[in-house]
Amino acid sequence: MKIRIKREKSKEKKPYIEEFEIDKEETILNALIEVKEKKDNSFAFRCGCKTGVCGSCAVRVNGTERLACKTHFKDNDLVEPLNNAKVIKDLIVDLEHEYKLLENSETFLHKASSGQITKSDEKLIDTQSNCILCQSCFSSCPVYEVNKDFLGPYSLTRALRYVNDKKESNSAPILEKIQNNGIWDCTLCGNCTLVCPQFIDPKSDIMNLRMKSVQKGYEDKSIASFNSGFDTGFDSFGGFNPNGF
Amino acid sequence: MIDILIIGSGGAGLSAALKAKEENASVLVVSKTHTTHSQTCQAQGGINAVLETTENDSIENYEKDTYKASHKLANKKSLKYFCENSKQTINWLDSIGVPFSRDENNNIAQRKFGGTKAKRTCYSSDYTGHKILHTLYDQCIKNSIDFKNEHLLLKLLTKNNTVTSALFLDIKTGEIVQIDAKTVILATGGYGGIYHNFTTNSYATTGDGIAVAFKAGAKLSNMEFIQFHPTSLLNKNILISESARGEGGYLIDSKGKRFIDELKPRDEVARAIYKKYEEGDKVYLDLTHLGKEKIEEVIPQERRLVLDFLKIKMEEEVIPITPSAHYSMGGILTDEYAQTNIENLFACGECAQSGIHGANRLGGNSLLEIVTFGRLAAKNAAKKAKEVKCEEKNENNLETEKKRVAKILKKEKNEDFYKSKNIIGELLFNKVGLFREKNTLEEALKYLEEEKNKIKSMGIEDKSKEYNKNLVEYLEFENILLLCQIVTNCAYKREESRGAHFRTDFIKEDKKFDKISICKLENSDIITTFEEIK
Repeated sequence: MKIRIKREKSKEKKPYIEEFEIDKEETILNALIEVKEKKDNSFAFRCGCKTGVCGSCAVRVNGTERLACKTHFKDNDLVEPLNNAKVIKDLIVDLEHEYKLLENSETFLHKASSGQITKSDEKLIDTQSNCILCQSCFSSCPVYEVNKDFLGPYSLTRALRYVNDKKESNSAPILEKIQNNGIWDCTLCGNCTLVCPQFIDPKSDIMNLRMKSVQKGYEDKSIASFNSGFDTGFDSFGGFNPNGF
Repeated sequence: MIDILIIGSGGAGLSAALKAKEENASVLVVSKTHTTHSQTCQAQGGINAVLETTENDSIENYEKDTYKASHKLANKKSLKYFCENSKQTINWLDSIGVPFSRDENNNIAQRKFGGTKAKRTCYSSDYTGHKILHTLYDQCIKNSIDFKNEHLLLKLLTKNNTVTSALFLDIKTGEIVQIDAKTVILATGGYGGIYHNFTTNSYATTGDGIAVAFKAGAKLSNMEFIQFHPTSLLNKNILISESARGEGGYLIDSKGKRFIDELKPRDEVARAIYKKYEEGDKVYLDLTHLGKEKIEEVIPQERRLVLDFLKIKMEEEVIPITPSAHYSMGGILTDEYAQTNIENLFACGECAQSGIHGANRLGGNSLLEIVTFGRLAAKNAAKKAKEVKCEEKNENNLETEKKRVAKILKKEKNEDFYKSKNIIGELLFNKVGLFREKNTLEEALKYLEEEKNKIKSMGIEDKSKEYNKNLVEYLEFENILLLCQIVTNCAYKREESRGAHFRTDFIKEDKKFDKISICKLENSDIITTFEEIK
């Protein structure tokens, strides 16, 4: 069994793909551990709980974001670091953007309401509050290539989690914060939904937030942009975007 | 100079940070990992509290159950504070946005866990720890708490038995940094991870804070008490929460027979399962009678884990399970103010022995502990910080530590510490595990001493400065080895069976050990004694 890993040892040296022979036929994480312990001690990656809940071992496997601990290893798999973040070393990327994104979208309880919470209220935010901040959606999102300030899928899903939270008596600041570089900048490509290991659907969450925003009187910027010019149906990334309108 | 330096960003550290802010203290949280990567996210089942006094439950009952499980080793004063404040703690979590599951009457739902007669465990499906941790993090962002991520604690500096600073390896840059503070709170997690490959713990849980505090002169206590969780997936060490049994799951042997009351305390259930394995049998968790709908409602994460890792649908098939090292009851000894024996040094959460769990922890008590004592530690640290005068700090230690790490980087690799880490994990599970005895403990002590001598020849291959994970893991291994010696030493000295500590050569609880064990470093020797509970 062979594993291919994208290595990046330092800023000075260019990234390259290295192949390793692996004995264990289990998870990608076990294969990475084998490489580090037995083949090359200098190989670096993050991992923690090994059960898919700490979110630290997210990488790209054959081009798709996956949690290494929950992904079965197949011969010749290619493992690469996440996209859209600076690579520090091998599979380790800089995660310092996370705090900023959550801070900028104000995804927290602003003012607790004294109202009663029911079973169905609780269900309303269950899926969104299962997010583990693994950065898979962030890595899969094409918008970051053109807008580094985009709040992005997990911040917006978290925004919906608090907007929908019956405990929140003042969700206005959250909706306000996500209008610019937020819900209207999303291309609705759905990559985030496909890669989420927690089965969260940020694309739907963003559409939901768009609807709530319009209801609150915010301008629907997707319509605004449609009126202001001719949309060819081809997005700025060079491919046809079925959700372009 | 900051008022409070919090080391560790799990549930205890974040609870402390929020309380510190409430007390208007300046605070910095420094963590080895990133905030939400901590062990707290793995706590599934729930968090205990008496929300309402009824004929079925009361604070007194809660105290009694916990004290009973502790086998007389809990500190009654601390336990009283813990239980009395449980409702307030849950209400606080609820008020900051933790999405607790609700019952039919729209109250916070509670389930029954082992060792109690009442439904006392509040939960958020089976993501309780995860949802608490993430909500705390969101609140930290709201309150603009400062974080320094990926800094490994190397040393605590003290002057006249008072902590003044901490030294860290900034993993990203490879620099050694000193952070001075008026008070320090350790919230660095437990040491179950020393049972490497035989534990449900995260790879990052290596007991660094406890080892570093010990080297700085802190008293450790009850280090022999390791909780083995009865149900982790066979050969995977992946936890299946007690809520699976709490919701009605059975434990069966290969003939399909139940052999123990599933809701007995964890130590008894774990030993009964281990015995079955020693007899050559296997043990399974049977949830098939619950049905898919109920499973999806109450333990969805468990269902997904079993499906992902064993490709088993738990509503159709039984699940092969085994016990695994799960939680460490011992730690840095703290008093009822969460203060250690070093002035201005506080400890909370799993790294502390705060007098709650004694010889055995009840499920649902650890999450309550991290929040309760995290907040208590911060309250007292904030008060203390007001009394501390800022002095010029001595930086000689920084240079010494820089030289020590530089020396490690230069060492030749003649022995492989990764190999040792794997061997030691297995050794500990077999010889200092669910069943212990004099001979095997002596063997373990001897082996660990040999390993210690080998450290000199354990070099590291990676010589780079930035993000040297090889160096980090070497430094962690030094801590692991020290803690292995301490745990084995304490297990050797406690000649009785009590809670999670079971000696086959002393199978009964012995009155003369109605005491907590204390470990101290004296002239580089580990000295274990026993003390009355104050």
